[in-house]
Amino acid sequence: MGKSLVDNHIRKLRFTHDEMTQQQLADKVGVTRQTIVALEKGNYSPSLELAFRIAHAFDLPLEEVFFYGDNTKL
Amino acid sequence: MTYQEKKSIVSLISAILIFGSFCLYMYPQHPQGGLESIETLRFWGSFVVVLTLVSIVAHIFISIIFNIVFRITTREKEPTFADELDKLIDLKANRNSFFVFVLGFLLAMGSLVVYQPSQVMFMIMITSGFISDVTGSVTKLYHYRRGV
Repeated sequence: MGKSLVDNHIRKLRFTHDEMTQQQLADKVGVTRQTIVALEKGNYSPSLELAFRIAHAFDLPLEEVFFYGDNTKL
Repeated sequence: MTYQEKKSIVSLISAILIFGSFCLYMYPQHPQGGLESIETLRFWGSFVVVLTLVSIVAHIFISIIFNIVFRITTREKEPTFADELDKLIDLKANRNSFFVFVLGFLLAMGSLVVYQPSQVMFMIMITSGFISDVTGSVTKLYHYRRGV
């Protein structure tokens, strides 16, 4: 399995959004905390729908939360 | 370790314990008659039926106990729904589990083709059922730990 090619800034964004906890984000987007943990570790590429829900939770466009390969903007 | 990882480990251990203890319980009851006698076939039939029922009840019971212990020790509530990651991992676990069972089923039928006694067929079938259960739990644990 290993790391997914779709990476994200979720961990960084949680802290810049009032130090939101994993559980709070999970409740906001309708998944379990385990899924947020897997996403932050880069162990799981979310569905397009979940990716949009997470971007909406941070009030950001999708490409500012998720990126493909080694694009490390933010 | 997360709830799902712990649950997979508990499920794996309980599957091994249930199967092991049931085999130990049933072993002395094996009929002494011929290999193809009606009594032997009845024994294997009841073995499969009772093992299925016992493992369903035991899994439910162990799952309830696990949830209670999890709540007490972590003061966290267990997830009440399965999200997309859970469903994906479930699908992968079921696929691997099903593959192992079908392989065992074909092997069991193959044993009849090469004139092995019917109890060999039952043993292969029951063992493949057990291994498929273990495979499902190991697949879940692997994907929860290493990702999808």
